[in-house]
Amino acid sequence: MSALAEPSLAEATVPRPFAVAERRRETADTWTLELEPLGGPALTPLPGQFTMLYAFGIGEVPISVSGRNGERLVQTVRAVGAVTEAICASEPGAVLGVRGPFGNAWPLELAEGRDLVIVAGGIGLAPLHGALEHALNHRERYRGLTLLYGARTPADLLYRVELAELRERGGLQLEVTVDAADEQWRGHVGVVPKLVGRAGFDPRDAIALVVGPEIMMRYAIEALADRGIAADRMFVSMERNMRCGLGHCGHCQLGPTLICRDGPVYSAAAMAELMEVREL
Amino acid sequence: MQTIDELLREAPLFVALEPAQLELIAGCATNVHFEADHVLFREGDPADQFYLVRHGSIALETFAPARGHVLIETVEPGEVLGWSWLFPPYRWHFDARALTEIRATAFDGACLRGKCDDDPALGYALMTRFARVMIERLQWTRMRLLDVYGNVGAR
Repeated sequence: MSALAEPSLAEATVPRPFAVAERRRETADTWTLELEPLGGPALTPLPGQFTMLYAFGIGEVPISVSGRNGERLVQTVRAVGAVTEAICASEPGAVLGVRGPFGNAWPLELAEGRDLVIVAGGIGLAPLHGALEHALNHRERYRGLTLLYGARTPADLLYRVELAELRERGGLQLEVTVDAADEQWRGHVGVVPKLVGRAGFDPRDAIALVVGPEIMMRYAIEALADRGIAADRMFVSMERNMRCGLGHCGHCQLGPTLICRDGPVYSAAAMAELMEVREL
Repeated sequence: MQTIDELLREAPLFVALEPAQLELIAGCATNVHFEADHVLFREGDPADQFYLVRHGSIALETFAPARGHVLIETVEPGEVLGWSWLFPPYRWHFDARALTEIRATAFDGACLRGKCDDDPALGYALMTRFARVMIERLQWTRMRLLDVYGNVGAR
């Protein structure tokens, strides 16, 4: 992988205009946008990094980078408030502001020659999508590759077409589960940590990447630890109220760390205690 | 093909049991096979067995008026299906239906209860293992009740 993409001072502080080149509906409230730079070089974020997306006149939010398509930035956004609703409603041709990329990346080099286990819950698959894509594009570098993905219902699953294609293509152990099934669903029903217990990987030589709601991450880490993966070989991506992206404003402070600057990717060993502190 | 003794030795449910205890349990076990869509049991039926799934997927369901069959959970290889055989009135609380071809080991509940009554150490060992299964299912159910993937802002 290339070196960590760090924004210039201008990229970090002034939103650059990007046009919505394509918009795909993932679920009832989630869209994937492909953003094309309007002048200037393309951004080269690494899997795990995030940008600050700006809906002009409304506000700015941190959004994980889900991948790149040529010069385009691919980001999956769930409409949960005024800013994300405006971003999701942006039709092709609309212009959004982008700052970044910010933060650190998934430690994919560490997983080379080992089993890579990706555990995602809900919208948590979006920040992991780039890592999965990278591993699939460099499949020979990894021993086993596993994706365990859980969502609320079948209608809430992200990247459904892509996942179906990946299942057909092989090279990936893919297990998908939902909390509540509909009549058409033929897969697993239950929580995603349950999938960890029977997934095929060597816990003594595996790296796990986990993203989802914090409760789900805690259970998933517990299940991975039960299988025998050490805490310093499990990584999570944390989310707090990132604002400046530079570690200056302090909005995303989590105990001794500033997530926008030191994260969002941390080892489970580093996060274990902090995730249990209610005040944080 | 593996014998029941071998299957039990490899089953996570029975980890760390003494060989003599495994032998007692094996005496109550038989290997079973079901085709897809086979109904293993229905709610209210006598719960005289439990299953250790080795291959395939089983739907734990209930029937709700106006909704039909509601799939509650799937039970997969390595997992246990059924604990109603442990407690009176020994009746199933849900339906179980094979979603795929199933290979499993079935355990006779009355046979095992009798051996547990005769050998409290075996009873304790089995009870702690089933308690762990039940607690795990309870935690998973609680996690689902939390609706962790829901839109917090919309609540």
